Parts: sequence; structure tokens; C-alpha cells
Amino acid sequence: MLRRSSRRRLVDKVVSISAIFSVILAVILLGSILIEVVINGARSLSINFLTQPPGAIGSGLGGIGPAIEGTLIVVGLASAIGAPVGVLAGIYLSEFAGNGIFPSSVRFFSDVLVGLPSIVIGIVAYISLVLTLGSFSVWAGALALSIIMIPIVVRVTEETLKVVPNSMKEAGHSLGIPKRKIILHIVLKSAKSGVITGIILAISRIAGETAPLIMTILGTDLFFTSLTGPVDALPLRIWRLVSQPYQYAHDFGWGAALILILMVLGLSLGLRLLAHRRGFKIGTIAA
Amino acid sequence: MTIGAAAYTLLMLALIVYTVGDGSQKIFSFEGIKFFTGTNWNSVEGRESFGALPYIIGTLISSGIAVAIGVPISLGIAVFLSEMASSKISTPLSFVIELLAAVPSIIYGLWALFVFRFWILNLIEMPLYNAFGKSIPFFGVTPFGLDWFTAGIVLGIMIIPIVSSICREVMRAVPNTQREAAYSLGATRWETVRIAIFPYAKSGILGAAMLGLGRAIGETMLVTLIIGNAIGAAAIPTSLFSPSQTLSSLIANEFNEASSDLHLSALIGLGAVLLIITMVINIGARLLVSRMVKVSAGVKE
Repeated sequence: MLRRSSRRRLVDKVVSISAIFSVILAVILLGSILIEVVINGARSLSINFLTQPPGAIGSGLGGIGPAIEGTLIVVGLASAIGAPVGVLAGIYLSEFAGNGIFPSSVRFFSDVLVGLPSIVIGIVAYISLVLTLGSFSVWAGALALSIIMIPIVVRVTEETLKVVPNSMKEAGHSLGIPKRKIILHIVLKSAKSGVITGIILAISRIAGETAPLIMTILGTDLFFTSLTGPVDALPLRIWRLVSQPYQYAHDFGWGAALILILMVLGLSLGLRLLAHRRGFKIGTIAA
Repeated sequence: MTIGAAAYTLLMLALIVYTVGDGSQKIFSFEGIKFFTGTNWNSVEGRESFGALPYIIGTLISSGIAVAIGVPISLGIAVFLSEMASSKISTPLSFVIELLAAVPSIIYGLWALFVFRFWILNLIEMPLYNAFGKSIPFFGVTPFGLDWFTAGIVLGIMIIPIVSSICREVMRAVPNTQREAAYSLGATRWETVRIAIFPYAKSGILGAAMLGLGRAIGETMLVTLIIGNAIGAAAIPTSLFSPSQTLSSLIANEFNEASSDLHLSALIGLGAVLLIITMVINIGARLLVSRMVKVSAGVKE
């Protein structure tokens, strides 16, 4: 009896220690990423680095100006397409659709869409936009990223809208307010912060995407000229810099990584502070 | 308007399936079943031969390692955060881990290439090579840290933040009465987790693991940086330290330099295989989870 209970205690100890060990391991590894990016990245930061276009390969000159500009343009455009479509589809699922075949399949297939590798979406954008229009373009990149964004926004919007109490909608109906006004002024208004959460989560997700961009915006050393031409982006620039055999290029890569991480974590952190102040919870499922 | 937006979502998926299917038709009629079983990859005109087997193996094995490493560590973290730590420790720690889930994978790749690769090389690969390199062929290739083993481990690290955040959330959603009942029977902490928490949270944990697997299979740029980018039969992992290639990394490496329509179609064919693998996992996991939830009826969160 005594031996049995001491064995149980031993197992308990072992499991507790391995749980603590996994935490320590994760803190070391993930902490190392942040520390390396900050230390190595800070070294190459300068006004020129942030604003200049890249110099000739191997020259050690120039910066990542076009990449920062390109990321803002492509991600901005993708959000301008993805956020409204995602929110509208979310509203449909939560307010208009029941559990019929069409809404259920929209739910099911948006979940499938979330799980698709982004490079496959890149291939599709390449074939259907780049090949048919004849050039790499900002549009192709933005549409590819919006396909990644939409299903995330759809599901988060639906979940948040569902939580709005029915009594609020019923109050609206009893006053004879038309349904679209109820949705616009009552449901969306009270679920606003949740919907914004979904959008920001999705934006921070697509801002770091690299694979679909190779096939759509291609990357360039020049600043933005037109929506139908190629443009640069931060993740793409990091990839190209790292693949060059020069130490300065690697330092530039770290610098670009620092800027990208600041953008993404800044969004995320801002969102969480907002969440904290407004007192709502953020689910991680959609992230 | 809203129904149009919902239809747009479906339309996009249909477009993806159609485009990939249509684009890969050429290679499937050229290679037939050999596309899945062949190991030769040659895009030189007149000698074209495209076999995807090495990359299918490379994809499955690297993401297998990723799940084998990432999921247990994530579970350990989730158990620590939800069952062991006081809220003074667990609140900031969960916050940081959730933030890390937003770090783009290209940054994991950068770190792996310049920092982590050398840890693996010096702490694991060189000692193994020096000890067994001459006697066991599996350790017989001179390691550089650019191989499927490193790639798998980095993918495992990459999925830790998201998998552990979801697991923690799922485990925290288990009602306290479950824990109290187990403790009142004299269960130790581990026994409580095993008999009261895991059964309740298993569908959520499985979902998290599947999400991690999906991320690891589809990850592209990180893999191209550290897997060594071998081509053809050389990409079949024969040694722990041999360079390899995954479906997605090969697409990324060759897509912009595709030399002919057939070559392009072969790369799209790789995309089709990737699409099929992820869809099967995704749909399978969803059916499994919904069945499990039905079986343990009433305990869905």
C-alpha cells in the first residue's frame, strides 16, 4: 500500500517536472528568437535603412524602404477586400442563415480554407491573375492575402455576433425597426470590439505571409509605381537578403525582421490592450 | 449582400480546387501514377521526368517530427499554465506565448538559419556523428545543420505558441467541479489531469494538434531556408543529417524559374498533392472531433 502510493507520488513529481521543463525550454527557445532579432536588428537600423531602396547586391548600401511601403500597401489592400467580405459573410451566418446545407457548408469550408497551405493559394493567384493579366501585380498579392484573411474574419465575426443577447434584437423588433437597421445599429455595435479583434488577428497573420507573395508581387528593388506592377514586401525582402552570401545582407535581414516583428506585435499588443480596457476576451482559436 | 459574401467564400475554395486540378492535369497525364512513386526530378527539356515521392516523404517526416516535438511540449506548457502555476505567473506567461503566436514564420526561419542551426549542429548532430558516424549509416553523413531533422525541430518550435495557447484555453474551460471531484478522491495532480481534465478536453487538444500539423505541413519559407533543398532521389532522407525537400519548399524554390509548361504543371501537381494531404487531415480531424464530442455528449464546452 505504501509502495503503491509512493510510486504515485513519484509519477506525479516526474510529470510536474517535465511540465516545468517544457515551459523553461520554450522560454529559452522563443526568448532567444526575440532577443536575437532585437539585438541583431537594432544594429542595422538607421533613417537611411528605413527609407532608402536596396543598393546594388554586395554593395552594402541602401535599405528596405520599398519593402516597408509594399507591405503596407499590399496588406492594406488585402484588408480592404477581406475585412468587409469576411464581416458580411459572418453576419449572414449568424443572423440570416439557420443550419441548412448552404450555411453549414460555408462554415465547414471556411474552416477547410483556414487550414490550406498559403503556397497553394499563391499558385491559384498566379494562374488566375498573374498569367491571365500578364504581369506580377499588387492586385494579385492583395487578392491572395485576402483569401487567407476572409475565413478567419468570417468565423470570428460569426462567433462574436452569436453572443449578442437575443433580448436586444427582440427589443429592436418590438419597436418595428427593420432588420438591416437592427443588425447595423444594435448587433454590430455591441459586437464591435469582437469583430475588430478578428480583423486585427487576420491582418497580423497575413502581414507575415511570404510564400504567396513570391508568386504574386514577385518583389522588386523599386518603390511602388502602380497597382498592376510588382512591389516589394518585408517578409519577401528578408528571404532574399538572407539568401545572399554577404554579411551585411544578413544584418539587413535582421533589421527587416525587427521592423516586421514590431509591426505585427504592435498590432497584437495594441489589440490586447484595447481588449483589456474594454473588458472582452480574445479567443486564440482563430489566431 | 451578406449571402453573396458567404457564397464568395465557397467560390474561392471551388476556384482553388478547380485551378489546382486543372493546372496539374498535364503532369498527371504525362507521368501518370509515376508522379507519386517516381524519385527522379529533371526539368531539362527532352529529358523531363517528375517524381514527387521524395518530397511527399520529406513533407510527412519533417511535419511528423514537428508534431512529435511540438505537441508534447505544448501540452506540458498548457498543464503548467492551467493546473500548476499561480495566476501571478500564468497570466503574464500566457500573454507572452499568445503574442509569440503572431511572430511570422519567416522570422523563425531567419533565427533557425543563423542561430538555432548551430545549437543543433554542436549539441546533437556532431556528437552523434562522432560517436556513431562510422558504425551506423543512419548517422553517416557529415552534418551541417541543414537537413530534415533540423527542419522538423524548428517546425516543432514554430507550432508551440499556437498549440499551447489553444490547449491552455481548452483545459481552462474544464469546469472546476471536475478537478474538485478528482482531488476529493485523493488523486494526485497528474492523476487529476489524466482522469478529469484530458478526457474532457481531448477533442480540443486533438484539434490543436491537427492545427499544428497543418501549419507544419504547409510551412514553406522557413523550410526552404534550413532543409538543404536536395533534389531527386537525394532528397529521400536516408541519414538523419541528409538534406531533403518538402512539397511546399520545392514549389517555392522552382516556381519562378519554371522552364516549361510541363515543369510548371509538375509544380502545380505538387501543390495538388499538398492540397489533398491537408484537406484529408483537416476534414478527418473535424469529423473525428465532432464524433468525439457526440460520444461524450453533454460535455462540449
